[in-house]
Amino acid sequence: MGGANGATFRGGAGVDHAANGFDPRTLLREFDYGTVSTENGRTVRDWTIRAEDRDIEVAPGVVFPAWTFNGSIPGPTLRATAGDLMRVRFVNDSEHPHTMHFHGIHPAEMDGVPMVGRGIISPGEEFTYTFDAEPFGLHLYHCHVGPLAEHIARGMYGTFIVDPPGGRPPADEMIMVQHGYNTTFDGEGNQLYAVNGIPFVYMNDPIQVRRGELVRIYLVNILEYDPINSFHLHGNFFDYYPTGTRLEPSEFTDTVIQAQGQRGICEIRFPYPGKFMFHAHKSEFADLGWMGFFDVVDGAES
Amino acid sequence: MSTTEESRDAERPMDPDARADAEGPTPAETRTGKSGRVPLWVLVVGLVAVLVAALGGLAAYGGQTLPERLGPPVEELAVERTVIAPGSIELVLRNTGPDPVAVAQVFVNDSYVDFTGADEPIGRLAADTLVLNYPWQDGQPYTVSMLTSTGLVIEHVVDAAVATPEPGFEFLGLMALVGTYVGVLPVLLGMLVLPILRRTSGRVVRVLLALTVGLLAYLALDALLEGLELAALSGGAFGGPVLVFLGAGLAFLALTTVDKVLAGRRPDERDTGSAGMRLAVMIAIGIGLHNLGEGLVIGSAYAVGELALGAALIVGFAAHNTTEGLAIVAPLTTRRPSLWSLVGLGLIAGAPAILGAVIGASVDNAGLSALLFGVGVGAIVQVIIQIVPGLRDRTSGRLLDPAMLGGLGAGVVIMYLTGLLVAA
Ligand SMILES: [Cu+2]
Repeated sequence: MGGANGATFRGGAGVDHAANGFDPRTLLREFDYGTVSTENGRTVRDWTIRAEDRDIEVAPGVVFPAWTFNGSIPGPTLRATAGDLMRVRFVNDSEHPHTMHFHGIHPAEMDGVPMVGRGIISPGEEFTYTFDAEPFGLHLYHCHVGPLAEHIARGMYGTFIVDPPGGRPPADEMIMVQHGYNTTFDGEGNQLYAVNGIPFVYMNDPIQVRRGELVRIYLVNILEYDPINSFHLHGNFFDYYPTGTRLEPSEFTDTVIQAQGQRGICEIRFPYPGKFMFHAHKSEFADLGWMGFFDVVDGAES
Repeated sequence: MSTTEESRDAERPMDPDARADAEGPTPAETRTGKSGRVPLWVLVVGLVAVLVAALGGLAAYGGQTLPERLGPPVEELAVERTVIAPGSIELVLRNTGPDPVAVAQVFVNDSYVDFTGADEPIGRLAADTLVLNYPWQDGQPYTVSMLTSTGLVIEHVVDAAVATPEPGFEFLGLMALVGTYVGVLPVLLGMLVLPILRRTSGRVVRVLLALTVGLLAYLALDALLEGLELAALSGGAFGGPVLVFLGAGLAFLALTTVDKVLAGRRPDERDTGSAGMRLAVMIAIGIGLHNLGEGLVIGSAYAVGELALGAALIVGFAAHNTTEGLAIVAPLTTRRPSLWSLVGLGLIAGAPAILGAVIGASVDNAGLSALLFGVGVGAIVQVIIQIVPGLRDRTSGRLLDPAMLGGLGAGVVIMYLTGLLVAA
């Protein structure tokens, strides 16, 4: 790598995932369904999410003083089915005040913004956000304490998926959260861009998928300090479902653009084996870390 | 001792020791130290020992009694040299800050690049070299951003990428040729006005000397500004702007010493011709040190491939330097120096440009260059001080008559105008 072969970190090196406490390669396909119970005939899902201050190696040798949900960037991907009751117990173990603000449809006091309902959750305190899983689709959660941009840029965001009743067709599912790191904290763009926490990680370790199998990407943009982000797939086209709130695709394309907070579902079947790149089609972001490979393999075993 | 001090001493009651002091040791006692008092060298050694012990103790334990320095580490890197080769950009870095700096990753024009070097954190004042694997394009600007372990970005801008010339004999020969074009030849050309000067009156020569002071004052200011600019680039590790003034002060002192030695060799220097020659030599040395700085600029510009306007720059410098030859011969109108001594003066003034070009092309160190520019400034100031007494009208004794002021102003204006030719 390097030179005319494209952008890379020094020596093609990666970060110490174990020391970081999370690994984008496994985080890719990790969905947290919570602790499931039934109350009055209704499915209830419980989660505990902790705000934690944590130093994360965001590029080999570069330490970023992050604020996180459950120690990872992005936070865990919560998953429920439309109509479930979601109960998220939020414990603030950070030294800073935070909230959890969920997208979706819910009462004002569950909105997780300052001065509404419980408002700010101070260090050492906790609060349980309780709301219905609706509408179905792909949604965000993030901290909503001021200065808002800093709390997001420090890493306080994650995704929750509300599956439609009856679910979607079976597929190899994965989550891709587009974001960046402003390591100089000057609020002027970012030095690093990534999906799922660490730049270039899927360049060094391509994502294995099977030829002909349906692949479903839950694609989210929560990039701070830059107005838009994008996703481009090489050698293939995909169906795109904006916000995932309808079951019919709006577009058959190889590139989608998302503003901050936008998200959608991409569905692909790879007809050819081999390595196919994907990256931000804002090529500057790609060269600063937001790119990776799919490795399409044949056969029953991947 | 003033009378007031004497009276104050007299009023003070004397203790026995003080009385002994007042009586004083005999000269013999002072020399041999037989007065029973501690010898001087013991006092000196003792004082040094106390100082060393105190400072050592302060260094070892004093710091522990103070709180830790607050805030993030101060990370500073200065790029001392940029070598651009096919497919790679090499940066010689120096840590100019108080804390070690670890270069974790590097991006060029917003693209991360593979690189080698600086595997360990660079300590204070230590240097290291990064070699970036980057397909640069000829003449394009590049911003190299070094991402440190703390996430800080230290930027270095390459204004226009051009392959750095190999510092072989051929290149050094080329620099010598450039130095000759801009230094030696123009000065010698300027000296050709000597025969004309001889036929003019003493008043004209005085005006010409005033013109010379104007020229030199302009050069000194120019070199001072250039030196300060370079010192800023050097990151201040070795003193920054102080380097310029240090160079100036040392050069001034050294040249004053040279002048005193030259003057002392001829104690019965009656004829003004000899004094004129001495002044010419001093002017030549001052201008020579200035041209050393000029050579540095040309050489370092060439080394980083920024001499795009090569010919224009050389013509500009040459025109600029012709006036320097005039300054050298101005004090020689009442004397008939040999051709060889004239050539010698020309070489003293012009040849340092060759040396400067070679140093500039091969060293490319902003701190060193700033120091050498300072040397040029000090030399010129010393020369101006040498010339000024000669400007005085011998009959009226006045220094600043209108003709003199006109000469001064004309000198400054000429330098400014010829300097525009060089403003590439
Ligand atoms: Cu927060």
